[in-house]
Amino acid sequence: MRIVADKDVCVGAGQCVLTDPETFDQSEDDGTVILLAEHPGDEQKAREAVHVCPSQALSIEA
Amino acid sequence: MDEHPPLRYLRLKWKVFVRILRVRIGVEPLTTVSLPITRSSPYSPPEEHLRLREEAPISRVTLPSGQEVWAVTRHADIRAVLTDSRFSSDRANPGFPLLHRQRADTKFRPSLVSMDPPKHGPARRAVLGEFTVKRMAALRPRIQQIVDEHLDAMLAGPKPADLVPALSLPVPSLVICEMLGVPYADHDFFQERSAKLLRHTTPRDELRQALDELYDYLDDLIGRKEQEPGDDLLSRQLEKTKNRDELVSLGFLLLIAGHETTANMISLGTVTLLEHPDALAAIRDDPAKTPSAVEELLRYFTIAEFATSRVAVQNIDLAGVLIREGEGVIALGNTANRDPKAFDNPNEFDIERGARHHVAFGFGAHQCLGQNLARLELQIVFDTLLRRVPGLRLAVPSDRLPYKDDANVYGLYELPVTW
Repeated sequence: MRIVADKDVCVGAGQCVLTDPETFDQSEDDGTVILLAEHPGDEQKAREAVHVCPSQALSIEA
Repeated sequence: MDEHPPLRYLRLKWKVFVRILRVRIGVEPLTTVSLPITRSSPYSPPEEHLRLREEAPISRVTLPSGQEVWAVTRHADIRAVLTDSRFSSDRANPGFPLLHRQRADTKFRPSLVSMDPPKHGPARRAVLGEFTVKRMAALRPRIQQIVDEHLDAMLAGPKPADLVPALSLPVPSLVICEMLGVPYADHDFFQERSAKLLRHTTPRDELRQALDELYDYLDDLIGRKEQEPGDDLLSRQLEKTKNRDELVSLGFLLLIAGHETTANMISLGTVTLLEHPDALAAIRDDPAKTPSAVEELLRYFTIAEFATSRVAVQNIDLAGVLIREGEGVIALGNTANRDPKAFDNPNEFDIERGARHHVAFGFGAHQCLGQNLARLELQIVFDTLLRRVPGLRLAVPSDRLPYKDDANVYGLYELPVTW
């Protein structure tokens, strides 16, 4: 499982960081997503992060 | 006594005939479903909203202002509307849903909430760094201190106490004031005015006056920060933009949105936990459960659902229904948060359910900027309150509490408690 994050679409709500801080972080400058790990350790958490992302900036590649 | 069946049938036919006639000659709009906006119970969206979701999930409704708009009620449809940029947030568009007529010519200055792409993204990003999960976590010690001081004062005072002025209002208010660099000494001034703005019974003149006074106050404050910058959000924004009007609007939005909403959730959450002793005991014994309890409370009340309105700027097919350009859409988040397709046993209050996908903070590009501040404040308040005041109880029966049935953001005016 590989996570793809689109920084241009991201609105910096922080939902991903809140759900899975091992995989996601936010830029201190503009709050947009920083991918810490392309291949998440906890796939279930990463899936939830994708689902709760309000801008649909995250996607999963099998 | 039951009516004779054929007679009942004839009566129904006559009613339908009259209805069609009235629609044809234009004295009655095609749909007469008028959308009530007052909750029938604190713990439930209006019955009519729930019925719409089951029977006509995307349908034409008449708002209290008389305006006809689309009501969208299902969780999946609301997510679709709020992530589709063909639905605009521009409050100046005449099709944008207007709840109350007296608001018609009250000019809120454009701010983040009413911006569309391509303007919205960069404007939001300019301030987002101030609200990251990490920045919020760094505020924890200060928020804890504020909560403790207010509880100290409440516990030293007379019983019963009103939790609203003792804790619910001052905590988020102090936090947002310190973040923005707004003197807390002025809080009576903006608290009184923001309450007026949120009450939908406020007469138009008073509404306008409250708005003008708040804008003038912020304009003056920002002027002073231009001369003498401080270590606060507004001063930092001044370095990024010289557009004073935009900054006044931003300050206005953050100040208003930043305290009333959280205050209402503190009050409603406290009542709900006191009424659900199992849930209360669960989080008091294991604070690791508080974050999910907070999510469930947010879902359960969805206090700001009227903030998620849009207007179509193109013809759009929404789940098979044609929404035409210029038509308004009101996304009923409270009803969506009770959608059985998104939440099992949706009417049950269950702190373990994992409610993170609720739409109480909205969804899409405009999802609440301060959501992680609100989450943190609520977690700290509930944990501290339950730990420090184990004997906390309501001083009046919960059905006698003054709920904000006349406000656009749901909540409580007073919460008498004792211990």
